[in-house]
Amino acid sequence: MLEISKLVKRYGRDKPVLKELDLTVEGSSVVSIVGASGAGKSTMLRCINRLVEPTSGSIKLNGTELVRLKGRELRRTRRKIGMVFQGFNLIDRLTVMENVLAGRLGYVNLFQAITRRYPQSDIERAFQLMERVGIAHYANKRADELSGGERQRVGVVRALMQEPEILLADEPTASLDPRTSEQIMKLLHSLAHELSLPVLINIHNVAQAKAYTERIVGLRHGRMIFDGAPAGFGKEALDAIYGGIETAEEEITAEPGRSTQGVAHDST
Amino acid sequence: MTPPDHADVPRTWRKPPFIANPALRYGLWLAVIVYLIWAFGSLPFNWERISEGLPRAARIFGGGFPPSFERSGLLITGFKESFQIAILATLLGVALSIPFAVMAARNVAPKPIYLLGRAVIIVSRSFHPVIVAILFVAAVGFGPLAGILTLTVYSIGFVGKLLAEEIEEIDWGQVEAMKAVGAGYFATLVYAVFPQILPRQVGLSMYQLDSNLRASAVVGIVGAGGIGGTLMNAFGRYDYDFAFAILLTIIAVILVSEGISGWVRKKIW
Amino acid sequence: MVDHAGAMADRVWRRYDRKQRLTRYAALLITVMVVYWAVRDIDIFWPWVWDAPNQISNLGARMWPPDPSRLAAITNALLETVHIATLATALTIFIALPVSYIAAQNTTPNRACLWLGRFILVSSRSVNTIIWALLFVAIFGPGVLAGILAIMFRSVGFIGKLMGEAIEEIDRRPVEAMEATGASKAKVIAYAIVPQVMPAFFAIVILRWDINIRESTVLGLVGAGGIGVILQGAIDTFAWPTVATILIAIIVLVLIGEAVTGLLRRKVL
Repeated sequence: MLEISKLVKRYGRDKPVLKELDLTVEGSSVVSIVGASGAGKSTMLRCINRLVEPTSGSIKLNGTELVRLKGRELRRTRRKIGMVFQGFNLIDRLTVMENVLAGRLGYVNLFQAITRRYPQSDIERAFQLMERVGIAHYANKRADELSGGERQRVGVVRALMQEPEILLADEPTASLDPRTSEQIMKLLHSLAHELSLPVLINIHNVAQAKAYTERIVGLRHGRMIFDGAPAGFGKEALDAIYGGIETAEEEITAEPGRSTQGVAHDST
Repeated sequence: MTPPDHADVPRTWRKPPFIANPALRYGLWLAVIVYLIWAFGSLPFNWERISEGLPRAARIFGGGFPPSFERSGLLITGFKESFQIAILATLLGVALSIPFAVMAARNVAPKPIYLLGRAVIIVSRSFHPVIVAILFVAAVGFGPLAGILTLTVYSIGFVGKLLAEEIEEIDWGQVEAMKAVGAGYFATLVYAVFPQILPRQVGLSMYQLDSNLRASAVVGIVGAGGIGGTLMNAFGRYDYDFAFAILLTIIAVILVSEGISGWVRKKIW
Repeated sequence: MVDHAGAMADRVWRRYDRKQRLTRYAALLITVMVVYWAVRDIDIFWPWVWDAPNQISNLGARMWPPDPSRLAAITNALLETVHIATLATALTIFIALPVSYIAAQNTTPNRACLWLGRFILVSSRSVNTIIWALLFVAIFGPGVLAGILAIMFRSVGFIGKLMGEAIEEIDRRPVEAMEATGASKAKVIAYAIVPQVMPAFFAIVILRWDINIRESTVLGLVGAGGIGVILQGAIDTFAWPTVATILIAIIVLVLIGEAVTGLLRRKVL
């Protein structure tokens, strides 16, 4: 169970990006977080695994307070939080298998990590998961030889290798073409149920959010302004979240345009 | 590569080695080890003399601190000469590098001339300036003249090579345009080739001035004028406090010169 | 290159701007004045300058034909030179990598380390190899150890600076991903940083090895081992034909070095 309460994040002296945000995620549900660019979605996700330091507030994962953790304690907790990134964040020059096994870095010792001598159980788990998402035959290929959708699958498997208690996905489909992004959303949805894992997905595409998640949370200017089932997410909620923001239409509908931009950016 | 089909066999995975051929892989390791043994074994180390090193180092650094700027007159004279050498050599070198670069550019020079130009550039690049300096000192005697000649050769090698590459990459259309209006060989060079390379030449000269200044500090060590000679003398007379003063000044001057040269090049480019 | 040429073409159009024109004239005037000062003030006995071509061709004539009788000794000295360059480059890696790690802004543990790293790099780079050699010969006596140390102390700055820049240019995103898995600092380095800087590392080390071969040919002139020792001896005894052989041998060595580095670059990168 993830409990976020009164979470505040401000960068320097600017206006806070997150304003006393409260959110509770129970059981194995897929929650999508929608909102315009700059609404604080990404910051919120990164506060959970402390890639971003929260300014104040409390985040509890299965009873453990995350905000005050430091050093080894923090790393031990991060192992339990898998993360999937918009730009995949793979290590391009390493093989797919090495990228996948990197998900175990929090568990193995430094010698095992450097020599790539991972325990047999890790390797078997890696093959199982890779087979599940259909990339097992790429094990010894270099990560940068794969297509965008395949790369994101590697990203997902890497996160699952951590045996996470929660999975965070930061715009996992924004760098992909529409068809591939549907596949990735489907994959995240079914994995969440197979592994009974709570999943938090930041997403721009409202249609996909409605189709593949059980709960939608709408953010605007660092505050939660919608929380409910996809069925209840109608025109009003959409206006409340995106209304008055000029690029809103484009962001919701023109997904292909965005995706080409994302891929081009990624390839540089 | 492909994992076995039946899942009950435990699957293993090892990182594919960087060099696939095992013979080559272990062969390389062996070669490295053999080389290290050979190299260390064949090099003449004078351990007796080396073991005296630490007390000597203590003496040198003890004698060197604090650095003494007492004879600043000598220091300034030396640096003035280094500057003069660097400036004149840069001027001569950059000017002379143009004809050599034209000679060494495949697209504008006839084959025999091209080979000659390349040979000049390769030879002047192969020799460290200090070796060239020693030869010029032998030919024209001690003093800044040898230094200027040395750094001129050095500049021709460096600037000439880059410039020749630049000429080889010029926009050929302009050259054809000049030929089309009936211009002769030199007119074509002046109107179609030089305008394309000159902006780069200015930046290169700044860079070369900087590296000539660095080099002028060392050619003096073999008697070609400048601060290097002063440094060598100070070392030779065990005048370590003065030597360290010179060293510190050299470092300071080089840093300043690098800064200025970088700033000017940024402005120009 | 095309972009570059485009930028230059743009600049040409803007050059009729008044202020720029003034700057140009001022720069020209200053250059002329500086050159005038350098020519008038430099300590050169001018009749020697006019005699220099004579002297140089005289020296050239005395060198011809090269005398190959000491070829065996020369070859040995060349091998020693290569050993010095190779061992020094290899040993430098162990020092340069940690230094580059603390001198790169995105990996340095704290500000004190950053400045320490930068201080090491700057002091290493501003002192020329031959000056380092002078220092180490004074400490450890003449011989290859002084040569190896001199090359190492100069190379640390070179490799360290370029590696530091390579580390600063890495893609941050894999680092973020590794941190998110709960990996420790060392594992993040091994997985997210090392693979990204590997190609730059090989390129830099190969480049420096090439430079070090050239540099180690002059170490002997201050007594730090290698071919320079024989060269100095031959010059001191006016054995000019032998000097010519040594010079040819150095060119051959440098060309072989260039061929080897070219081959390595193609194989490894």
